[in-house]
Amino acid sequence: MQNILEFHEVDYAYHSMDGEVPALENINFTVGEEEFLVIVGPSGCGKSTLLDLIFGLLQPEHGSVIGDPDAVGYMLQKDHLFGWRTIEKNILLGLEIQHRLTPDTRAYATELLKKYGLYEFRKKRPSELSGGMRQRAALIRTLVTRPQLLLLDEPFSALDYQTRLNVADDIGSIIRSEKKSAILVTHDLSEAISMGDRILILSARPGTVIRTIDLNFDPALSSIERRETDAFKQYFSELWKEMNQLVP
Amino acid sequence: MYHKNLSAQELYVRRQKHTKIVIRVVQLAILFSFLILWEVSASFGWIDSFIFSSPSKLYICFRSLLASGDLTGHIGITLLETLVSFALVILTTLVITVLLWLNKPLSKIIEPYLVVLNSLPKSALAPLLIVWLGANYKTIILTGMSVAIFGSILNLYTGFMETSPDKIKLIRALHGNTAHVLFKVVLPANIPNLFSIMKVNIGLCLVGVIIGEFIGSKQGLGYMIIYGSQVFKLDWIILSILILCVIAMLLYFLLGRLEHRFTCE
Repeated sequence: MQNILEFHEVDYAYHSMDGEVPALENINFTVGEEEFLVIVGPSGCGKSTLLDLIFGLLQPEHGSVIGDPDAVGYMLQKDHLFGWRTIEKNILLGLEIQHRLTPDTRAYATELLKKYGLYEFRKKRPSELSGGMRQRAALIRTLVTRPQLLLLDEPFSALDYQTRLNVADDIGSIIRSEKKSAILVTHDLSEAISMGDRILILSARPGTVIRTIDLNFDPALSSIERRETDAFKQYFSELWKEMNQLVP
Repeated sequence: MYHKNLSAQELYVRRQKHTKIVIRVVQLAILFSFLILWEVSASFGWIDSFIFSSPSKLYICFRSLLASGDLTGHIGITLLETLVSFALVILTTLVITVLLWLNKPLSKIIEPYLVVLNSLPKSALAPLLIVWLGANYKTIILTGMSVAIFGSILNLYTGFMETSPDKIKLIRALHGNTAHVLFKVVLPANIPNLFSIMKVNIGLCLVGVIIGEFIGSKQGLGYMIIYGSQVFKLDWIILSILILCVIAMLLYFLLGRLEHRFTCE
C-alpha cells in the first residue's frame, strides 16, 4: 500500500510576545490509501495544529511533511455553509474557487447530491436544513473537489448526541464508499473506535505520539454495528486506560 | 368563543393584521390631528400665522412656487447633490475599507486620524471648504460627503474585521486566495451591514448638503431656508423643512426596498 501522507520527526511551536509555546514534538506517522486514521488526545494537545500542518496552512519548524496539500480536503468543526447561498451554490464553492466548474464536475456534484439525499434540497438555504443534513452538505462540498485525503476536525462536535451517532455513521460510510483516506480528530473515544482503522494517541502539550492502536473489525460493519461488538468494548477499555494515564 | 368557524391559525393571522391596521390608523390620526390643530389655531388667531404659518398658507405658497418653476429647481438640485455625494460616499467607503482590510498595519496607522475626523463637527469644515474650493456644486457635494464618510469607513471596517475567522479558514481549506476570501465571504457577509450604513448615510449626506447650501449656494432647499429667513418669508422656510422631511422619508424608503430585493433574492 502506498502512503499518501508521511510525517517525519515534525516539531512545531507557536510564538507570541510572552515566549515560545511548543505544540507538537517529534511526530511520526503515515496514512495509506483508503485508510481511516483517528487522532485522539487531551485538550490542547495540538490536534488542530497537526491538521493545519497537513493542509499546508502552517509549515513545520523541524522535520518534514510529505504529501500533496492540493489533494487534501478539510472539513471544519461546524458546517460553515454560507447563509446567502443555496445548498447547491454552497457545494459548488470549492470548484468555483479552483476554477474547475465544468459540466463534468457539475454532474459529479449532482450525482453526490442525489446519492446522499440532498438533491431535493439543493435550492434551499442552509437554515432550512437539519444539523445532520447540513453536515452532509459540508462533506459533499469537500468531496466534489475530489480530494484523496479528508481532514475532519471534530466535525460532529456541534451536533446533539443522537444526531451525532447517525451523522458519524453516515459520513463514515460515505468516506468508505468514495474510497477516500481520512484523518479524524476527536475527543470522543467511542467515536474513534467506531470509525477508524487505526488510532493515534497524542500526549498533552507538547503533543507527541505515545501509542498507536490498530483496530481490526469486519469491514462490512457500519460504525453503529461496531459499537455492539465485544471487540469494541475491549478497545474502549484499552483506550480509556491509556487516556487516563495522560491526565494527572 | 366568537369565531367558532375559525381555526387558531386564522385567528392569529386576523389578530396580527388587526394590530397592523390599528398602528397605521393611529399614525395617520396623529398627522392629521396635528395639521387640523395647526390650521384651526392659525385661523382663530391662537398662534401668529405670520411666524408659524398654516397648512393652507403653505399649500398656496407651494402652488405658486411650483407654478413659477422655482421649487422644482431647488428640490432637484438638493436631491441631485445628495444622491451624488451619497454614491461617492459608498464607493469611496468600499474602496478605502478594502484597502485597509488588505493592509492591517496601514489601518492601525490611520485609525486615530479617522476617529478624530469622525468626531469633528463637519459643519465647522464647511466655511473652510467654501473658501478653498469656491461656492459651487463640487464644494456642496464634498460637504455632504465629509459628514458621512469617516463614520461609514469605521463601521464597515469593523464589520469586515468581525467576519467569522472560521469562514475565512473554510475558503483557505478550499484552496482559495485573499481575493476569494474578500469576494466569497467578507463582502457577501457584510451586505446587511452595508445596507444599515447606507440607511444612516443617506440622511447624513442630506444634512451635509443642506449645511453646504446654507453657506455657499444660490439654489437648493438649504438656500431657500437661508433666503427665507433673511427676507422673513417664514412660509418658505417651513415649506422647505416639510419637503426635506418628505425627501428623507422617500430616500430611506427606497433604500429599504432595495435592501429587501437584495436580501430576499
